[in-house]
Amino acid sequence: MFRFIAYRLAQFPLILAVIYLLTFILAWVVPGSPFERNDRKLSVQALQRQQEEMHAEHWYTFLGHYPARVVLHGDFGPSLSYDGWTVNDILHDALPVSISLGLLALIIAICCGVGIGAMAAVDKGKALDWLSLSIALIGISLPSFVVASLLLTVFAFYLHVFPVGRWEHISDVVLPAVALSLMPMAYIARLTRVAMIDVLSNDYVRTARAKGLSRRSVLWKHCLGNALLPVLSYLGPAAAATLTGSFVVEKVFNVPGLGQHFVNSVLNRDQTMILGTVMVYSVFLMSLNLLVDVGYALVDPRIDLGARQET
Amino acid sequence: MTVDSSIPIDAPGGGLHTRLFASRRILLGSVILLAIILAALATLPMTLGHRSSLYYNSQDAAHVRQRPCLTRPFGTDSLGRSLLGRCLLGGAISLAVGTAAALIAIILGVSIGLIAGYHGGWLDALLMRSVDVLYGLPYILLVILFKMAFQEPLARLISPNAANLIVLFSAIGLVSWLTMARVVRGQVLSLRAQPFIEAARAAGLPQTRIFLRHILPNLVGPVIVYATLTIPQAILQESFLSFLGIGIQKPMPTWGDLASDGLLALNPLTAYWWMLLFPCTLLAVTLLSLNFLGDGLRDVLDPRQDAAKL
Repeated sequence: MFRFIAYRLAQFPLILAVIYLLTFILAWVVPGSPFERNDRKLSVQALQRQQEEMHAEHWYTFLGHYPARVVLHGDFGPSLSYDGWTVNDILHDALPVSISLGLLALIIAICCGVGIGAMAAVDKGKALDWLSLSIALIGISLPSFVVASLLLTVFAFYLHVFPVGRWEHISDVVLPAVALSLMPMAYIARLTRVAMIDVLSNDYVRTARAKGLSRRSVLWKHCLGNALLPVLSYLGPAAAATLTGSFVVEKVFNVPGLGQHFVNSVLNRDQTMILGTVMVYSVFLMSLNLLVDVGYALVDPRIDLGARQET
Repeated sequence: MTVDSSIPIDAPGGGLHTRLFASRRILLGSVILLAIILAALATLPMTLGHRSSLYYNSQDAAHVRQRPCLTRPFGTDSLGRSLLGRCLLGGAISLAVGTAAALIAIILGVSIGLIAGYHGGWLDALLMRSVDVLYGLPYILLVILFKMAFQEPLARLISPNAANLIVLFSAIGLVSWLTMARVVRGQVLSLRAQPFIEAARAAGLPQTRIFLRHILPNLVGPVIVYATLTIPQAILQESFLSFLGIGIQKPMPTWGDLASDGLLALNPLTAYWWMLLFPCTLLAVTLLSLNFLGDGLRDVLDPRQDAAKL
């Protein structure tokens, strides 16, 4: 187990370096320089000074200086499109918001998703199955901007249950969290349903029922745990995406999170910001995937982590 | 004590019950889907024809934001254009985006998965680590960067509208093949270990023949399933790009574009509900039936598929 974790941790820097390089190349081939902007033209001197500051006269000088700065000091440098802000400042401000919102969304997604999926599996092929699956599928059948705006319109404008576009109180978190949770919820419900149907057809379920255990106890204690394994492996990428925020939810609910920067940095050709957000996302994804793999081995003792390296 | 029959206990492997339910889902999904595709394609001459009342860009200042009525079943949008015509053409384009993405996913995903799985060794390691790295990037970054990088150069070569469509198709397709490659590779790995491939090799069949006649046909099931599940994702990704304003070039419509337009028309004072309702309903119904179809096909064609690889 420890060898496995150490092995994976040792791979981290290598994968991060590759992702860094790839993002860098992608960000640089996009036409348009971040220093040339439409809204206001910089004077030649100002442009030169900015470029010198960033060692960005040529792509190779930038590539030579910038990684050293990131690795040695953990400093992504100044944002190229938000004047006076460094990438680190932006990340520092936005990440806690996204994480707290994402955590709540994840909790909602897991509880409701597993519940819906299990219910559908137990009532397989009947009304409840169709109903719960349809509800879950709506989460992935409508664009998230439509769902989020509808939630806002109904609960904030018409019912006045939640406030609009504010980010101060605990009640401000609920609506965006629900909107953010719909997508992972739908996937979790589908995964749980398929796995649960599989588990329910096992002999040990029949044995447990024949022994006289109550239906509820069989479902909760014997089946659900085993059915959750596929959900666990989906949780790695899902949690990474949820915790780093979503552009749509943040835009619709006016949340100062990280998700907006993923899109805005690309649209603004803000190379340092692109690299910053991608690095944060990759670190999240890799750590969560590692966590999921370790959790997998803890839940299911049959899984041999050493063997998983080979595949 | 009576055995409570409400816990379903089937024969191992899903049994008839699952398959029946699955086939009903397949039937429902494909019938609805076919109806929508037929409607969108059959009306193309009208939605693209300048003189038709359904023409997607025929503006009519006298009938702006009209409620649905008998002459204009879906109402009109804020430029007086027939919403029915725009929904129909938008559907054709949205479905084309999904289909193109699925095709690219099939071509790239199957060939890379096949090569990785069949060749094995360093090539497998290289290809699969590349897939891992691409998984590690937020997909939206790739789509936007790709679109921004190739849109302008291509627009200089061919007409801007065609360039926009081609880049849109390929940008979404290029982020959709990763799952397909993983699934195909896994399938090839398990196929390669099976006796009938060994027998074919022992019989002295050439590599290409084993490839084409024995491995490829066995991949058809999972490939169809994942292609079906790729289409709704691609359509949603296009709608997100339209929401950002970098999707389809206006005035061309897609369902996502119409939905985000409809959203702008939705305000608490005067609700132009039809501008949001119709594109969204069409979009949701199409995606639901595609998901139904894909899930159902998976239950039937691919019962051993590890659900974790969704």
